[in-house]
Amino acid sequence: MPDSVFDDGLTPAEENDDGLVSRRSFIKVVGGCVGAAYAGAIGYPVYRYLATPVTRAAAATAVTEVELDATELEPGSVLMFRFGTSPGILIHHKDGSWVAFSAVCTHLGCTVQYELDNDRIFCACHGGVYDPHTGDAVSGPPPKGLTVFRVEVGDAKVIVSRS
Amino acid sequence: MQKSSCPVRNRYATAVWNYADERLGLSELLAFAGKKQVPQHKHSFWYYWGGISLFFFLVQCLTGVLLLVYYRPGAEAYESVRQITYDIEFGWLVRSAHSWSANLMVFAVFVHMFSVFLMKAYRKPREFGWWSGLGLLGLAMVFGFSGYLLPMDELAYFATKVGLEIPMSTPVIGPFLGDLIRGGPEVGEHTVQRFFALHVVILPALFVPLLMFHLWLVQRHGNAIPPGEEAVPAAERESIPFFPNFMMKDVAMWLIALNVLALLASVYPWQLGPPANPIAPAPLGIHPEWYFMSQFQLLKVLGNWFPGITGEILGIGLFTIGGIVWAVIPLYDNDSRNGRRGRIATYIGFGAIAGLIALTAWGYWVL
Repeated sequence: MPDSVFDDGLTPAEENDDGLVSRRSFIKVVGGCVGAAYAGAIGYPVYRYLATPVTRAAAATAVTEVELDATELEPGSVLMFRFGTSPGILIHHKDGSWVAFSAVCTHLGCTVQYELDNDRIFCACHGGVYDPHTGDAVSGPPPKGLTVFRVEVGDAKVIVSRS
Repeated sequence: MQKSSCPVRNRYATAVWNYADERLGLSELLAFAGKKQVPQHKHSFWYYWGGISLFFFLVQCLTGVLLLVYYRPGAEAYESVRQITYDIEFGWLVRSAHSWSANLMVFAVFVHMFSVFLMKAYRKPREFGWWSGLGLLGLAMVFGFSGYLLPMDELAYFATKVGLEIPMSTPVIGPFLGDLIRGGPEVGEHTVQRFFALHVVILPALFVPLLMFHLWLVQRHGNAIPPGEEAVPAAERESIPFFPNFMMKDVAMWLIALNVLALLASVYPWQLGPPANPIAPAPLGIHPEWYFMSQFQLLKVLGNWFPGITGEILGIGLFTIGGIVWAVIPLYDNDSRNGRRGRIATYIGFGAIAGLIALTAWGYWVL
């Protein structure tokens, strides 16, 4: 046990001794580096351990296209679906048109809903209203419209993709 | 306010220090810590082992909380540990560190206990330190036993099955007690759920206050000096301040402990066996953790010499009597002068160490 390192380095009576100052600062720097190395060696695995589901989810977010079994969706009805990790909304309008948006409200991230009676997309959290055909913000707090997805209706599947 | 008490020299740090000091009385604490002395003599090395045990306990808390993030008790127990070990990044390391640190902690606690025993640090006024320490050891072993089941692999299953035979052999209430601990007639998902509650809630809730009490007693009475050193005239005894000198040495020991743990946990990662299967036969060579090996071996040997329940009762009875003798030693050897009782206590101490090592070695030898 190198007693002297600790004693000389820390006893107040010796702090002002010129001969020890450089040694003290040397130990400070080396000690700091070693401390940082230990903190990194412990912190990095702990971070990666805790972040594993986050990195896995990030891979899922990279999804650009989903196939939905929605060809039977009646006009005037809606299907909520998962696009990557976040919710999406598919509307088959009464006029026969299909639209899909991200269902994440642009205000504070709640999930929006389609209201058939009012023919609007509504966010229940803070009363944001969106146009159900274009996704544009109509009233309330949302700063911009919903993200619009491209919809292709095939024979067996409805394909929703990033536009 | 005396600025000289500030341990750092930076202008801003001094300002923060003074702000906190004025309100919390930090300099009094520092002065108090500086006045505390730790005796220095040829047996001083043994003073570190309580601190090393504490360090491993802190590692257990940290790695335990990390495991808690992904572990799921009950029916999914094995699958969640499999995920931690093979799927979650560095999960194998966190789990390995938790298992290794548990073993190292028990080892450090044993070294601490035997050194305290042989330095006669249980004598007046430190009896409660001895008893609270024994309580902590008991809790630590239940920690180990309950934690061992949580992965619910083959070894965990049989270790728990066999270990629970001991409370089950308690007269009259034994079988009832066994069912209650297991949550049924067999070790299963209910057992895991119960052991989990025990391991992460009940035991910590008991252990932490007892540990605080134990540390408070150390603070109150200071380090005991062994009889050999006590014979030295007070003026000739050497000591160093607790803060910062002894604390720095303590930290250095913690660093060594950390390095040993890191090496073991990464070079010898803790394994996960096949999942527990209640109808599969026990694998050959199955045995408990090393700190239960001496009891295991004694029961095995006595079971061979005295077949049937006699051997079991004899074995458990021997260990119970041994434990009682161990606990009441401060009442028996209570004179600070080294008399006949002191010598007998020393023999008991060496006898216990030799007995435990011999039984453990024997147990591993015949595996």
